[in-house]
Amino acid sequence: MGNTSSMLTQYDIEEVQEHCSHTFSQQEIVSLYQRFCQLDRSGGGFISSEEFMSVPEFAVNPLSQRLLRMLDGLNFKEFVAFLSAFSPRATLQQKIEFIFRVYDSDGNGRVAMNDMLEVLRDLTGQYISEQQREQVLTQVLEEAGYTKDSSLVLSDFMKILGNSDLKMEVEVPVD
Amino acid sequence: MSGSEKLTSLSSELDLDRPNLEDYLPSGSSIQEPHGKLRLRDLLDISPALTEAAGAIVDDSFTRCFKSNPPEPWNWNVYLFPLWCCGVVVRYLILFPGRVIVLTVGWIIFLSSFIPVHFLLKGHDNLRKKLERFLVELICSFFVASWTGVVKYHGPRPSMRPKQVFVANHTSMIDFIILEQMTAFAVIMQKHPGWVGLLQKTILESVGCIWFNRAEAKDREIVARKLREHVQGTDNNPLLIFPEGTCVNNHYTVMFKKGAFELGCTVCPIAIKYNKIFVDAFWNSRKQSFTMHLLQLMTSWAVVCDVWYLEPQNLKPGETPIEFAERVRDIISVRAGLKKVPWDGYLKYSRPSPKHREQKQQSFAESMLRRLEEK
Repeated sequence: MGNTSSMLTQYDIEEVQEHCSHTFSQQEIVSLYQRFCQLDRSGGGFISSEEFMSVPEFAVNPLSQRLLRMLDGLNFKEFVAFLSAFSPRATLQQKIEFIFRVYDSDGNGRVAMNDMLEVLRDLTGQYISEQQREQVLTQVLEEAGYTKDSSLVLSDFMKILGNSDLKMEVEVPVD
Repeated sequence: MSGSEKLTSLSSELDLDRPNLEDYLPSGSSIQEPHGKLRLRDLLDISPALTEAAGAIVDDSFTRCFKSNPPEPWNWNVYLFPLWCCGVVVRYLILFPGRVIVLTVGWIIFLSSFIPVHFLLKGHDNLRKKLERFLVELICSFFVASWTGVVKYHGPRPSMRPKQVFVANHTSMIDFIILEQMTAFAVIMQKHPGWVGLLQKTILESVGCIWFNRAEAKDREIVARKLREHVQGTDNNPLLIFPEGTCVNNHYTVMFKKGAFELGCTVCPIAIKYNKIFVDAFWNSRKQSFTMHLLQLMTSWAVVCDVWYLEPQNLKPGETPIEFAERVRDIISVRAGLKKVPWDGYLKYSRPSPKHREQKQQSFAESMLRRLEEK
């Protein structure tokens, strides 16, 4: 899959499909490739942060900076794998795992109160004081049986979010 | 509680200077308001924000406005391909030279009339203006002929009255030429480099043009002042403004800038729709220079479009200029069959204002605090 070619071969599509565990159909992968090429204006084979931020709908999202860290330097195959959690064919486990990865910015498999505070800060901005955020977080953690010093791992996330009706789906436009 | 106090003082600062984005964005999550006591899983569940972000990555309404969709290739089989080749030959070797000749003749006639008129009639301003207007209309007709422009004008021709401005949707700089051949408008334009800039400085000055520079910060006030001065003058040509501020692909309209709508004048909307079967007239200034764009038009079969002069509108009592702008945008979009998107065209060149993100943060914070109170 060269950077300069804008045509995907059947091999390429199947390779990408393998990599994303078949969460996207071949048609969707072709559409995603068109989108990838459209966003990758410089043709470098990956979408830079600048190029992501030129999509206003993405730039106004409070979690854009966090996601940019995860999206940085991804080639097309990895880009599709990143989006696989949003496919209607993705399992609840895959979605929860994605959410865990958003929280676990250093990738050490543990989400501490600090990580949760950071995400909460992104989401609420200046509209809640830092103290209040800590207060609320401590309160709900304790109610759920954790302390403010506990680190959550993936299985904790599965337990907490497991029986909620998580709606995290995106439709890939297919011409 | 300090938190809620902080909330009320900041919400008054968030001057909602634009229509509510949430009405346009496809975020289903904003419709379902979460209820019930706040639990850990509610705080950890960031799926709505993530879904919106992923939705924007996969497809967004802003990029769609500037996408030039290439037509389906129809020449891919044995008998259509030679037909297409004949077409190419006719277009490039017969039509194109013919058109170049037409344009050259037009320029010769124009320059040989314009230069004497401009310099010799310096004293007789009225006559000079009349002749210059006629000549500009003439050269624009030559331009339109050079692309075999087939323009159908609907509606009454614009009249020269004071205190009125004309607004139109913008697809390419040829919009201006197509409208100018009917009526010598004064226009407000971005200063361009190269030969276009030269034309702007010399010929367009005679019909009365206002220049702006997107890059300059203070520019907006200067331009607003110039606009006001122009519409007050009884002698000036009617002013044509493209409130989108940038070229859009003729399938969508982006938000109209309110500058044209707060001058206290009647606003006459003009809708322009190009027929894509003949050529895609969208000028993607990021992909092509204007010269290449013109050459592309001159080597196509024709430029076919409809121009509708719509009913003049006035600011309704109690309407803000922004609401007025949106109302006129609606009128134009409906007439030309364009879809509206809530984005400012200048987002092509800059990042969105932090106000939008703050709006989302505020609504999330409010919802969170509200649920804390619940038992």
